[in-house]
Amino acid sequence: MFKKILIANRGEIALRVIRTCKEMGIKTVAVYSTADKDSLHVRFADEAICIGPAPSNESYLDIPRIISAAEITNADAVHPGYGFLSENSKFSRICTENGIKFIGATPEQIDGMGNKAQAKSTMEAAGVPCVPGSKGLVKTTAEAKKIAKKIGYPVMIKASAGGGGKGMRFIPSEDELEELMDSAKRESAACFGNDDMYMEKFIEEPRHIEIQIIGDQTGNACHLSERDCSTQRRHQKLVEEVPSPFMTKKLRDEMGQAAIKAAKAVKYEGAGTVEFLVDKHRKFYFMEMNTRIQVEHCVTEEVVGFDLIREQIKVAAGYKISGKNYTPQLHAIECRINAEDPMNGFRPSPGKINELHTPGGHGIRLDTHVYSGYAIPPNYDSMIAKLISVAQTRDEAIAKMKRALDEFIIEGIKTTIPFHIKLMENETFINGGVTTKFLEEVEFDYSDMK
Amino acid sequence: MKATEIQDLIKFVSKSGVSEVNLETKDVKLTIKNDAVKRKKTGPIEPQILQMPVPQVVQQPVSAAPIAVPAPVAAAPAPVVPEPVPASNSSNAEPASEPAEDTSKYVEIKSPMIGTFYRRPSPDKPNFVEVGTEVKKGDVICIIEAMKLFNEIEAEITGKVVKTPVDDSTPVEYDQPLFVIDPS
Repeated sequence: MFKKILIANRGEIALRVIRTCKEMGIKTVAVYSTADKDSLHVRFADEAICIGPAPSNESYLDIPRIISAAEITNADAVHPGYGFLSENSKFSRICTENGIKFIGATPEQIDGMGNKAQAKSTMEAAGVPCVPGSKGLVKTTAEAKKIAKKIGYPVMIKASAGGGGKGMRFIPSEDELEELMDSAKRESAACFGNDDMYMEKFIEEPRHIEIQIIGDQTGNACHLSERDCSTQRRHQKLVEEVPSPFMTKKLRDEMGQAAIKAAKAVKYEGAGTVEFLVDKHRKFYFMEMNTRIQVEHCVTEEVVGFDLIREQIKVAAGYKISGKNYTPQLHAIECRINAEDPMNGFRPSPGKINELHTPGGHGIRLDTHVYSGYAIPPNYDSMIAKLISVAQTRDEAIAKMKRALDEFIIEGIKTTIPFHIKLMENETFINGGVTTKFLEEVEFDYSDMK
Repeated sequence: MKATEIQDLIKFVSKSGVSEVNLETKDVKLTIKNDAVKRKKTGPIEPQILQMPVPQVVQQPVSAAPIAVPAPVAAAPAPVVPEPVPASNSSNAEPASEPAEDTSKYVEIKSPMIGTFYRRPSPDKPNFVEVGTEVKKGDVICIIEAMKLFNEIEAEITGKVVKTPVDDSTPVEYDQPLFVIDPS
């Protein structure tokens, strides 16, 4: 087992990893930019190294600085968290070359799954159902029109190097194809330095349902059931829950087996997530695979009773998994609390938290790195807390979440707590009818809250 | 309050294991925090000195990690400022006793990278610089080793070395003060 792990991340996930390491008796090293010197993860770790100025590319994304920090502290493993370098194959390789165990996927797995067009081909070859679309990249408008005609409009044009909802466009008919494809290419080039595109059939009333998997170093893999992440705004998840209100036992078995097939096709090592789109007929299609721990891993933990960070560390240390699959024993919901103003178009609201009162009670879990007096730096993402409720039934979980949100006081900045309170009262959400289009079509009325 | 009294107070704080001292008199308000007590760091231990804005005293924020400290300039002549306590890695932080002098123009050379700090080109050679050495801009003053590469660090300014807070063969982090130079 590792003696010392360096956490190459910040905020709540850094704290999350440090907590599990502490429980396992593993020493921890935090790295931080000058903007984060008052951050909780710096205080909770056994050692902390300042690695650079505020901009991420000179600190959290700077591979030589992180490797140097691991060197001078003699860390024998690095946990990359999510985002930042967690799916950077170069970082995974450089860790290995420097005798440091990267707690995540191999460079080949990251490259294979990071290239979305290639990932689809790999999955198709493994017998995992995929969204009908182009076989690999679409090079020209003429080619795009030909493929779109074959699979049938409407279609999606997507960036192969893409993520976070960027570089993709919905194309309703052939007339608009050329312009929308050019626009997507320009956006992709700007965000990812690459304008390779692929095409997919647009799925009607899609639900985003993903399967958590774990693979060990001997090629064994298992699944820990689904998470429904359909509540999204601009392709960013806001709420996740398990079980999915749309799930059936049959669908869970089928999707679980497909996810295990996906993991075994690449001999996946570590915790990963296979994302699917599920249409209104409960047909599911592979969308992409994330070769890292995800933000919403907590809801899975609460319903299967395992610490997923602990499992990641064990697998990275060579432990074998049992091979057993796990199904949800309870119902859990997670609300991502962001420093954004939902009453003003979700405008970012960095600043100092001058009053903080956190919720508690039966069935409530709060993962956060903020504290009263903490100044949220403007340089990083806006998520400040994950609030999770767990209960025997979905209705109880919703009631607990609403109760906890009402107790949650954060003053000095704007947060999305009012949005989540409205969501817990919303009829479509309560009836389990949310698809990824839901937030495009609904606007909450906050006038009774101002 | 005399500079020597402030220095005595700093010595007391660094030796005592107390993490924070607040002192207010008629003409000075002082806050001294010893970060070494609050969290462990690799590298030298240095108490941070934060001064509250008060007329007649010029502030000199000197710290091991960057801190946001307001620094209003007073209208007083010949301001006197307490010196940071130089620390060594291997023993208790023993402050050097120094005469009160104008330290506000001293410049810190901060580490641009993370690695192991060496004061000499190799174990059998002498140090690049010592306290009192005159350096020119561009002179090599130390080496920081990271990932098996030895990086020569050059002086950014011309002047005299007045402090060498970091011992040979010690790990250093980004922005850590390596030398204090009195620019000529």
